[in-house]
Amino acid sequence: MPEPQTTRGSFWERHGRSWAVTAMSIVLALLVGAIVMIVSDPEVVTQYAYLFTAPQLPLGASWAKVSSAYSALFFGAVGSPYALAMTTAQAAPLICAGLGVGLGFRAGLFNIGAQGQAVIAAILAAWVGFALPMPPVLHLVVAVLAGLVGGAVWGGIVGFLKARTGAHEVIVTIMMNYIATGILAWLLTTDAFLRPGSRDPISPPVEPTAIFPAFYGQFHLGFVVALLAAALTWWLIERSTIGFAIRAVGANPRAAATAGMSVGRITIVTMVLSGLLAGLAGTQFALGPGGQGVPTPLSAGLVGTVGFDAITVALLGRSSPIGIVFAGLLFGGLHSGGLAMQSMAGTPVTMAMLLQALIVLFVAAPGLVSAITPYLRAPKNKSLVGGQA
Amino acid sequence: MTNATTGGLRLEGITKRFGSFTANDAVDLDVRPGEIHCLLGENGAGKSTLMNVLYGLYQPDGGQIVVDGEPRTFSNPKQAMAAGIGMVHQHFMLVDVFTVAENVMLGREGAFVLNKERARARVREIGERYGMPVDPDAVVEDLPVGLQQRVEILKALANDAEILVLDEPTAVLTPQEIDELMGVMTALRDEGKAIVFITHKLREVRAIADRITVMRRGKIVGHAEPGTSEADLAEMMVGRAVDLRVDKAAAEVGDVRLQVSDLRVTNVAGVVVVDGLTFDVRAGEVLCVAGVQGNGQSELADAILGNMPVASGTITLDGRDITRANPHDTIAAGVGFVPEDRQADGFVSSFSIAENLVLNRFDQPPFSRGPALALPQIQDNAERLRQEFDIRTESISAPLSSLSGGNQQKVVLARELSRDLALLVASQPTRGVDVGAIEFLHRRIVEERDTGTAVLLVSTELDEVEALADRVLVMYRGRVVGIVPPETPRDVVGLMMAGVPYEEAVASAENPTPRAEAVATQGAAERGEHA
Repeated sequence: MPEPQTTRGSFWERHGRSWAVTAMSIVLALLVGAIVMIVSDPEVVTQYAYLFTAPQLPLGASWAKVSSAYSALFFGAVGSPYALAMTTAQAAPLICAGLGVGLGFRAGLFNIGAQGQAVIAAILAAWVGFALPMPPVLHLVVAVLAGLVGGAVWGGIVGFLKARTGAHEVIVTIMMNYIATGILAWLLTTDAFLRPGSRDPISPPVEPTAIFPAFYGQFHLGFVVALLAAALTWWLIERSTIGFAIRAVGANPRAAATAGMSVGRITIVTMVLSGLLAGLAGTQFALGPGGQGVPTPLSAGLVGTVGFDAITVALLGRSSPIGIVFAGLLFGGLHSGGLAMQSMAGTPVTMAMLLQALIVLFVAAPGLVSAITPYLRAPKNKSLVGGQA
Repeated sequence: MTNATTGGLRLEGITKRFGSFTANDAVDLDVRPGEIHCLLGENGAGKSTLMNVLYGLYQPDGGQIVVDGEPRTFSNPKQAMAAGIGMVHQHFMLVDVFTVAENVMLGREGAFVLNKERARARVREIGERYGMPVDPDAVVEDLPVGLQQRVEILKALANDAEILVLDEPTAVLTPQEIDELMGVMTALRDEGKAIVFITHKLREVRAIADRITVMRRGKIVGHAEPGTSEADLAEMMVGRAVDLRVDKAAAEVGDVRLQVSDLRVTNVAGVVVVDGLTFDVRAGEVLCVAGVQGNGQSELADAILGNMPVASGTITLDGRDITRANPHDTIAAGVGFVPEDRQADGFVSSFSIAENLVLNRFDQPPFSRGPALALPQIQDNAERLRQEFDIRTESISAPLSSLSGGNQQKVVLARELSRDLALLVASQPTRGVDVGAIEFLHRRIVEERDTGTAVLLVSTELDEVEALADRVLVMYRGRVVGIVPPETPRDVVGLMMAGVPYEEAVASAENPTPRAEAVATQGAAERGEHA
């Protein structure tokens, strides 16, 4: 039994170490990524035959390989205003969906269904965007709201099933993902959604009135909306009565119930809000201007794997809205940088995904990181008594 | 110091610091074979830290551990075990789904092939030797708490422990189980084991200790003989005179506030746990529900709060039917609730003290403004209650888990008593709480009674029942055995707790017969043991 705590840890004690671990994880991921790049390039590998006779050849080739790839990655992510704008566009849906998943975590819910929620939202937002002509501004607002409602309902169903029947949210959300994907595939065969004259499963383009206005390059209103969503989510979790109940239910559902909170109601509310945020990610895909200034039309792969990336964003951001914004920006940067890496350095874009996976792997195993970097390790006695100073 | 060849355990000048906080300050302790050495002190006095140093869980900042005359250092529990030190923790370290024999085998050296038969034989052998038989094939989760504890002791003995540390072993036990444990401890002592008995319960210390060492704020403040009076021990432990009796005026009883009629509650498995209970509690009185744990008291409390569905019967509060009300509504109707298991039900340990103090009122003014939390009011409330209830903490923003058990319970009680209550339902409000805090908590409960609140107190501790009750309702197997005045002799109440009706219990207590003895030890007899 720990003795009563007499001093609280400093800010570094409480937060610094976890951020340092995150930073180290990124560095380690880049190192492992470099090794993978060297090993996977046959031309560089053949140079290693000369490792003992002419070491400058393999080392030089390796350096050239890695440095060109990483400089392309860096350039593509933050190297120019245009690249930065692209990074924000890539980050916006990740932030939104990450907020949704993170909010679920705070209530003790593992929402794996951000994918399905984003798909449903994208369907509704795109449909409003191409099928219901409306005046500017109003059109965008209605399209976004339609997406939010879609995501909220898709998440809310899961919350309702869990609250009423005890169905586990992980199982149900996975199934809802399949259903959402199936609905999208089916809709793209119907006259209402199929682009006239097209034989490919692709919808008509969204009207210009329903597109998130771009400010510079791909930097558009959607990113600002994502930041607003992060601020609102922070307020909701930390400063509102609903957030208080969500955190209480997440930390100790029995005590929450004894204190008069309805665990079932909070579960439903959380899943509705979580789905709503994931839905906002879906609308980013449906209504956000792409490279050509118009959104990609609705098609089977429109939202990519945003729902699953969102889980990693939420984990990396430690379920805090501020952390999620940074994690979303990092992964957004890796996405846009990865494209540049592919075109400029000839390194496949999957390399960016590998880096993303490695970062999450290292973050998820903080013990591994501190074993490699001992100065980040907590003093042994302190960790035994729960980190008291 | 005694000469170096003396057997047993000596701690010399053990010092352990956590940052600027000194948990153990140059502590000396010696424990000889064949004695029960009682380490007495309030929660937070440093008893558990000292024992964790001994067991290799913490490294001391100074001092040394001497076992059988040899200085030793333990960097992990395995080394301590190898030196013959066994520890029975307050929270058991058992694998619930394993059998007794499997648990005893756990962590023992050698062998990929588990020799179950040998483990079984060992459990039987040790059990019989020390008079604590346990079925080696019973699954741990099916055993009552008292027997689970016995498995912990068996585990230590199977590791050839010569020095046995029991950390607050009685906190989780019923009165009968405590008697059984004391029997086991005596048997172990007589076999020549050295026993360190950590506790803060004075009655037990006086009953069993051979020597007593008292700790306060990380230091040894004195030694005492077992004959020392409870009041003197309490004073040494707390550092000031403590009044063990609760000063309370006679109850000024008013109207009936809580009326429970023919209440039946079934648990999840469909078993009737509260069976046709009828009673009332009036304004300004404390009704104690006494009984051995597991006789339906917890379910009764949960049913009143609305945390457990009522099968039939009615509960009314001030004439209003709350039989089917949920906790949110009963709390709003003025029910204050101190749950039995405060860790699980009483608070959110990762939340701050301030947040926990408004856990059931966070969405009502003044603590909320529309959808927003009113943080300044929540802080003010916490500062006020911290003063009023003497909650010992550096900061009200600290997580609740940083508090000692007694202070955690003060938070729960402060939260409930700071509301306007019609009824206070308190289950085991002082379990695991130190003497200083018990005195305080009891006083606050009586004060609440005197404001006209009806108080329903569930307790398995007869001391507490005697101290607080205006009437005592004895429960056995979900039914009322009888409602008796608080002056009823202990042995009569004890017999009633075993299901003996009042008249019969009075007769047996005045004129003990073998039959009454048999009933009193019924619980033990059912498990095929002798108390």
